Amino acid sequence: MTALSTPRVLGAALVTAVVVVILSIQLNTFRDYQIAEIAIEVTAVAGLTVLTGLSGQISLGNGAFMAIGAYATALLTLHLNWPFYVVLVVSALVTAAAGGVVGVAAARLRGPYLAGATLLLGVALPSLAEAYPGVFGGDQGLDVNFTTPGFLGVNFPLTRWQAWVCSAVALVTLVLLANLGRSRVGRNWRAVRDDEVAAALAGVNVARARILAFVVSATCAGMAGALLAIVTGLVAPGAFTITLSIALLTAAVIGGLGTLPGAVWGSLVIVLVPTYATDVATSHGLSSSVASNIPVAAYGAVLIAVMLVFPQGIQGAVRWIAGLLGITSARSGRLVSAPEGDELPPSRHQALLTPGGDPPDPHEKEDTQ
Amino acid sequence: MKRSHRLGLPAIAVMTVAVCTVAACSSGGGSGGGSGNSSSAALTASAPGITATTITIGSHQPLTGPAAPGYSEIAPASAAYFAYVNAHGGVYGRDISYKYLDDAYNPTQTATVVRQLVLQDNVYAIFDGLGTPTHLAVESFLNSQKVPDVFVASGCDCWNNPTADPETFGWQLDYIREGKILGQYIAQHFSGKKIGYFYQDDEFGMDGVKGLDDEIPHSSVVSRESYDPTSTNIAPQVAALRASGAQVVVSFSIPAFTALLKLNSLKLGFSPTLAVSNVGSDPITLSGLLESFAKQGGATVNGNALTTGIITDGYTPSLGDTTNSWIALFKKVHDAYDAKAPFDGNVLYGMAVAYTFVQAMLKAGRNPTRADLVSAINGGLPQGPAIAPYAYSMTNHAGVTGAYIGVISNGVLQQKGPVLTTDTSASGTITTYSGTEPQAPASGIPAP
Amino acid sequence: MVEFLQFTLSGLSFGMIYAAIALSLVLIWRGTRLLNFAQGGMAMFTTYIAIEVIHGTGSYWAGFVVALAAGAVLGAVAELAVVRPALGKPELNAVIITIGLLILIEGLAGIFYGGQYRSFPAAFSVIGLRAGSTPLGVSRFDLFVAAAVLATTLLLAVGFRYTSAGLRMRAAAFNATVARLSGIRVARVITLGWALAGLLGALAGVLVSPSTFLFPNSMDSIFVLGFTAAVIGGLDSPLGAVVGGLLLGLVLSYAGGYLGSQGSNLTPLVALGILVVVLMLRPDGIFSGTRVRRV
Repeated sequence: MTALSTPRVLGAALVTAVVVVILSIQLNTFRDYQIAEIAIEVTAVAGLTVLTGLSGQISLGNGAFMAIGAYATALLTLHLNWPFYVVLVVSALVTAAAGGVVGVAAARLRGPYLAGATLLLGVALPSLAEAYPGVFGGDQGLDVNFTTPGFLGVNFPLTRWQAWVCSAVALVTLVLLANLGRSRVGRNWRAVRDDEVAAALAGVNVARARILAFVVSATCAGMAGALLAIVTGLVAPGAFTITLSIALLTAAVIGGLGTLPGAVWGSLVIVLVPTYATDVATSHGLSSSVASNIPVAAYGAVLIAVMLVFPQGIQGAVRWIAGLLGITSARSGRLVSAPEGDELPPSRHQALLTPGGDPPDPHEKEDTQ
Repeated sequence: MKRSHRLGLPAIAVMTVAVCTVAACSSGGGSGGGSGNSSSAALTASAPGITATTITIGSHQPLTGPAAPGYSEIAPASAAYFAYVNAHGGVYGRDISYKYLDDAYNPTQTATVVRQLVLQDNVYAIFDGLGTPTHLAVESFLNSQKVPDVFVASGCDCWNNPTADPETFGWQLDYIREGKILGQYIAQHFSGKKIGYFYQDDEFGMDGVKGLDDEIPHSSVVSRESYDPTSTNIAPQVAALRASGAQVVVSFSIPAFTALLKLNSLKLGFSPTLAVSNVGSDPITLSGLLESFAKQGGATVNGNALTTGIITDGYTPSLGDTTNSWIALFKKVHDAYDAKAPFDGNVLYGMAVAYTFVQAMLKAGRNPTRADLVSAINGGLPQGPAIAPYAYSMTNHAGVTGAYIGVISNGVLQQKGPVLTTDTSASGTITTYSGTEPQAPASGIPAP
Repeated sequence: MVEFLQFTLSGLSFGMIYAAIALSLVLIWRGTRLLNFAQGGMAMFTTYIAIEVIHGTGSYWAGFVVALAAGAVLGAVAELAVVRPALGKPELNAVIITIGLLILIEGLAGIFYGGQYRSFPAAFSVIGLRAGSTPLGVSRFDLFVAAAVLATTLLLAVGFRYTSAGLRMRAAAFNATVARLSGIRVARVITLGWALAGLLGALAGVLVSPSTFLFPNSMDSIFVLGFTAAVIGGLDSPLGAVVGGLLLGLVLSYAGGYLGSQGSNLTPLVALGILVVVLMLRPDGIFSGTRVRRV
């Protein structure tokens, strides 16, 4: 990714946009809905992968930022009736501010302590909606009204328009994050992730970099939440449980932590590997509780298997295959990029979870046990 | 879960040929509602989800996740009743294929699975969608797609909105009505006593409290404690109830939390009279939950001792009333098609609402369109397993309108007093329903 | 006043459960520098095993012992089969693996045992004890819970400090390379650590399930609070785990009791508030070492 310059990134984005438009017209309405869902997840996961992969701050609470964006959208649409593009921007700003607050609070936290704090944020924030039902609609939530704009005509399917809007936001987000990743900001993030002390000595304002990463990540999640609000039409606390936050992190890691294509792979996994498909199981005459839990167990097994087989995530596997085929340039075949790369060499990941302690040395091989 | 008892392949081939030669399929053959055609009229694919041999309906249910315990029994019970109907001739010869998908009580997932059912699987109708926030996420979608959205499994009175949501119908007794009926009983039989409320902190509990407040004088209510179903530590709430001196506690809780209320009360030596809403008072479920503790309690040997005396309401016959024709019918269906599940309130619910669906389908005609089903219900449905009439009409999409008060004794709900009906307004009166409940049909299948 | 006592005692009782989970997380953290998200799920699964044994043999204590043993085995197996292969790879992979393990275990529990509520017996009476005529808000079973958790903590503390196995575990956690050079089989020690953590988790599951009823997701919120307790106390400190658990249990109990009808909605936010306050003052938990970053 880092080898791509701006024109190539923009080119890729344009090609993807055209492909999405074609697919949305050719495929049926349910697939359009899935395109919208995938785009929403890509927006959120891209922000998280930047936060956790590039700046090294683990967050188990990005679902809370999605909730903030979604509720902001619902409230603005309900009370002020502004057009969606305005609502999207305002929701993004509101969530960015929340991200700033969280970033400041989390600035001194590392590793598992940051994980614990963000986990509890993800668990606790949606309960605000239930505590103040008059404003936030309580358990039943708030309706969000979203229609196709007039210029498309009466017969334009709503789901296709939703797919277009979501894909547009996702692509813009990816392009902007790609640029950010290659800029000084991105370099500062990587420096802070890899070695805080050295970065500070080199003149990087560590706190500012970390807080900025949270702001960017929250903004992406907020936009994803706004899109979720218009696509599902309802914003309720039940949609923003901790399962969502964990799914986002899972998607980021499975796809390939720190890489933007990884955000796309991961989103495809969590949207298209359904946990509700009881059909295959029930057609074999299994009881309902068995049938409905088989997809759940299978999903868990898939996560474990993917992580064991592809330690660098799906994007790592893609690069490896591309390397085998001789497609990539000088770094062909090597999974470990140069330090400037988006991906993290194994030893660097320790910074994510180990706040300065001395872990078991991962490169030692054990004798037979 | 698909349970389709398909006819043998040759039979399907013959019927398909017959259908095609009749060539009446393109515009949806059946006229509205009428079943007056002779039974030899050909079955056509009159609507999405309907073929000559099958009616496919869909639902969203919490089959996994924290909300699954208890509720996940309902859909298999409905499927069991449909299997019974299919084995006994089906609906005008068609099998009902019931496809329910897991939404884990997450509205986002509900939106996805319902769209899959409607847009990809082309179901005829969505039946018994479970949950208030979950179903709210798909209500406007279903109405905009003109898909019948029948018999929502939730006691919110929001499904009764025929002008904005003409495809949507409720079924069960809604929580406000229930609160009023329970509240009136409490106000009459415990006047002057101190009342405490214990309720789930969502629309289920809050609507129940709204109904209670319509009937119980505010000055009698000394404590209002709510609980969050994701946190089982309700000791503080029970301690607060005790401290307020409440002599009667009215609880709008799900069975697990009714049981926890009882357990925590035991711990605190607090023994108020307990009145519980219908959902949370199923004697079989409660006894099962409390069983382990009844043994500890010393002299008692089963969980029933801990549930005796609980006041509650019911809008279907009591499970313990084995002479009741509906209970006998559903027990027979349960033993044949859903034997692994305990025959408890959730199973009874699932079968009763499935029965109502079959009633509606039979009324919709031999070759119904989607609109035919909606008009069938708008025309009113005869009372079935419910003990009070349905409110269904063009202007009212609410389901059961009343309940009776009962007291649990020895693990069985015993009716005390007449069936009472009311509406959802604060000033609406509660009247005694003087009709009698119809008997279950001998065949177990509603008459067309 | 009586209320305050009741809130305090019930808060301590739940706090003991959080402490048990927190302890198991601390054990694993010290041994492998990993967050085990499957801890609650494993505890739930062993409790199901206990119920089957109790129904089969009619004896509570048989089920209790089998649950603890199963917990140890499950912990060891999880470490060997699923976590060991991930060491040396990017560290978040192991976290995702434990998350996958959690989902897998919950699915398996639903498949083998069904998704409905199961009642789990308490070891002793749940009828409340009284001081004179005032109910205290604790039962004999609550006292057993406290005693069991404290006894186990004490045993672990003594074991770590005075036995050679404990010394080996501490050495391996402190500096694995040097430990290896001293002849310590670090891998075996790590497996032992996971086994002990599994045992602790199983204990927590058996102790809390009478109050939560048993179903595949029953330990989810207990795990979140146990994790919070561990973070509050400091992930390197077993004492911190216990203190964090008790503190969290107390504050949540007071919040639930004194915040009136909004209490149930606000308790998660109160928990978040405590966590934020503690971490603002001591970013590595209450009983952390002296490494505080100034940013």
